Amino acid sequence: MSNMNLTLKIWRQNGPQDKGKMVDYNVSEISEHMSFLEMMDVLNEKLVNEGEEPVAFDHDCREGICGSCSMFINGEAHGPVQGTTTCQLHMRSFKDGDTIYIEPFRAKAFPVIKDLVVDRSSFDRIQHSGGYISVNTSGNTQDANAIPIPKEDADLAMDAAACIGCGACVATCKNSSAMLFVGAKVSQYALLPQGQVESENRAQNMVAQMDAEGFGNCTNTGACEVECPKGISLTNIARLNRELLRGSLKS
Amino acid sequence: MATLDGKVPGGPIKDKWTTYKDKVNLVNPANKRNIDVIVVGTGLAGGSAAATLAEQGYNVKAFCYQDSPRRAHSIAAQGGINAAKNYQGDGDSVYRLFYDTVKGGDYRSREANVYRLAEVSTNIIDQCVAQGVPFARDYGGLLDNRSFGGVLVSRTFYAKGQTGQQLLLGAYSAMNRQIARGKIEMFNRHEMLDVVVVDGKARGIIARNLVTGEIERHSAHAVVLGTGGYGNVFFLSTNAMGSNVTAAWKAHKRGAYFANPCYTQIHPTCIPRSGDYQSKLTLMSESLRNDGRIWVPKHKEDAEAIRTGKKKPTELAEEDRDYYLERRYPAFGNLVPRDVASRAAKERCDAGYGVNATGEAVYLDFAAAIVRYGTEQATIKGEKNASDARIKELGKEIVKAKYGNLFDMYKQIKADNPYETPMMIYPAVHYTMGGIWVDYNLMTTIPGCYAIGEANFSDHGANRLGASALMQGLADGYFVLPYTIGDYLSNDIGTGKIPTDLPEFEAAENHVKESIASLVNNNGTKSVDYYHKKLGNIMWNKCGMSRNAEILKEAIDEIAALREDFYKNVSVPGSADDLNPELEKAGRVADFLELGELFAKDALERNESCGGHFREESVEVGGPQDGEAKRNDEEYAFVSAWEYKGKPSEAVLHKEQLEFNDIELKQRSYK
Repeated sequence: MSNMNLTLKIWRQNGPQDKGKMVDYNVSEISEHMSFLEMMDVLNEKLVNEGEEPVAFDHDCREGICGSCSMFINGEAHGPVQGTTTCQLHMRSFKDGDTIYIEPFRAKAFPVIKDLVVDRSSFDRIQHSGGYISVNTSGNTQDANAIPIPKEDADLAMDAAACIGCGACVATCKNSSAMLFVGAKVSQYALLPQGQVESENRAQNMVAQMDAEGFGNCTNTGACEVECPKGISLTNIARLNRELLRGSLKS
Repeated sequence: MATLDGKVPGGPIKDKWTTYKDKVNLVNPANKRNIDVIVVGTGLAGGSAAATLAEQGYNVKAFCYQDSPRRAHSIAAQGGINAAKNYQGDGDSVYRLFYDTVKGGDYRSREANVYRLAEVSTNIIDQCVAQGVPFARDYGGLLDNRSFGGVLVSRTFYAKGQTGQQLLLGAYSAMNRQIARGKIEMFNRHEMLDVVVVDGKARGIIARNLVTGEIERHSAHAVVLGTGGYGNVFFLSTNAMGSNVTAAWKAHKRGAYFANPCYTQIHPTCIPRSGDYQSKLTLMSESLRNDGRIWVPKHKEDAEAIRTGKKKPTELAEEDRDYYLERRYPAFGNLVPRDVASRAAKERCDAGYGVNATGEAVYLDFAAAIVRYGTEQATIKGEKNASDARIKELGKEIVKAKYGNLFDMYKQIKADNPYETPMMIYPAVHYTMGGIWVDYNLMTTIPGCYAIGEANFSDHGANRLGASALMQGLADGYFVLPYTIGDYLSNDIGTGKIPTDLPEFEAAENHVKESIASLVNNNGTKSVDYYHKKLGNIMWNKCGMSRNAEILKEAIDEIAALREDFYKNVSVPGSADDLNPELEKAGRVADFLELGELFAKDALERNESCGGHFREESVEVGGPQDGEAKRNDEEYAFVSAWEYKGKPSEAVLHKEQLEFNDIELKQRSYK
């Protein structure tokens, strides 16, 4: 097992109003089997023991599914390994002596709260504007097998629904667009008979909210798809655009 | 010692819930608009409850410590959700799901609650499909099922290896619909730090805004806790880093009895730990046991050679492997319940057959499944003379379709390819069956305070079956609580808004502020994690998979001493007036340090082995069950519900006697 010594350049910002700056730290004896966040734990433990305030960062499940963790590592959302969240990134992807740049996800619609923690409530508000099927939770619906759904559609809906809402797509996009995030939700429902009823309205409302939150537009660069830790496909944006177009023709 | 009344309705078990619903008091829609309900936690239980209560017309205030309700730890559940749909026509029924759950829980759950759970399970699937949850389907377009541990039917619905995620996003979408209508007011990044009890009733909470540090008062006519389990008392568990007992513990200190704290589920298939820096453990879904075979080397020399890297598992011939679950439990094999599988793994590793460098791991092998699926595919495709390599290739495709994301996760963590070499697994703390005591209405011993999902104790007894946590969370939130809470709230239609300037609110707020100030101003020298790890070590070594009176007594003393040291020497940098993750952790660890002691006390009190609670003093001797856990129904067929009396050591035990009228109490045999 090889242990590493690393230089970390980390964004420190003491609150939304603070200007913020990059600060250098050194960590030593980092095992290649550690996860990236466990390496951050080592740094924070060291800072606490020295009486300093540790680096604030969002994290929770550490299994790559909750979407909390959100660092921009060496210029890439969730770091250098594709298809991986920061919490599932392991130190074996780095080598002894490396300098690692760690910054928050940056976007106008994701203001910094502190250090590496950003406010992604704009994503929630987009979901409030239409990220649901208008069905009551009474349980008095029809039998779950009443409508057969072609396996391909169900599988594609599942692929779209795998979005974890982390915001890597936005942080990566040069326009800070949230089209991949919105496209994923609109697609999931557009592919299922239960969701098709409201599909066009849903697309229009969610995109309107996306614009209102200050996210940019899509210029088909495709960086979002590359950096998405869950591999959400660009075809979801195409499907969103189809729903939008259909909706605009009707209205 | 007093006995507790579970308020189970009369009549035959299959009619209880229907009769209850027919007779329960309702609140008319106009009056619901004047009633406020607080829901703490937005996982499957809290999220579904918040959405449904709001839809019914109540004014809901929902709270979560995460930055969005969608991140609650239900999201990490992988395998699936049970429901007695019997779509496979393999003999499933509501009764059989009820029976399996009671038996799986080792006869320590409340029969009537479990029957109700089995009864509403089918509604959950209908509901979720209507919400757009993309469950797995077969080529005919109908829903697919898989099998899980401890049962003989296929009743588990799933969405790849991300069932919890999809169900939670379903509940989240239902919440979003109500947030958009203004019926749910959502408080993200808020942590509940006390329940406010006015005239003996829960009337609100004190919460800390985690971003600004502000301490807020929130009032309501009822408070619902859907705050999950307390597995993080072990420091290392499969829970999220933020999962905690704080809300439940604060309610306990205000009068809610805490039931069966020692019932912990140690899940058999987790990725083994690799070093001291480890911050959490990762589960590999139990669904893998459908196709994976568990084994260790038959000979110690081979185990040693593997541990030192001189041999590879793939080099061991079939006859040199010990498929110990298939050997010991021929009827259920690799699909025995979790507690049985975990203890069997520990037994082999303790005996010296473990395979990791640490000696704490067993193999989960997919080689046989790959060949079996490959042969089947070759037949379907008409490739009569397919080569071994071709068969493997076809088999791997099927395994990938079923478990691809789990295999990827394993590969990412261990840098090892499970398609080629067996996975290494070891048991880890995963779920807590114990929790706040509730009656049939899901109400705690504080009137107006409810506990749902993993936070309560009622449905899983001493061991939970796989794919039943999701079922219980959604059953409680969508279909049970919305009925039972109305019965209580029907007395509150004329109460009017609860003011937050009552002296009880002020006292609770001051209490919270003082605790926070004492942590922040402590000027100690040791980090919060230092204490959490120490507590975790005591819990794992002395209250873990195997317990006895002597070590439990040691644990009680050590935890009490550690708690004292914590208050003297913990260091919490930063201020209480902004985002301060160290302060959040400190408050949670303080509560774990109290709960841990009650946990050990409860485990000491229960001198029998049942489910996940294994007492070395209570083991079968001789006969076909030799060495298996021995339950003691004559003395321990009760729920232990603890009342807080100032200190965990002074907690008072209350008993709820468990009655089994519809199921015969039996030795739980999986042989």
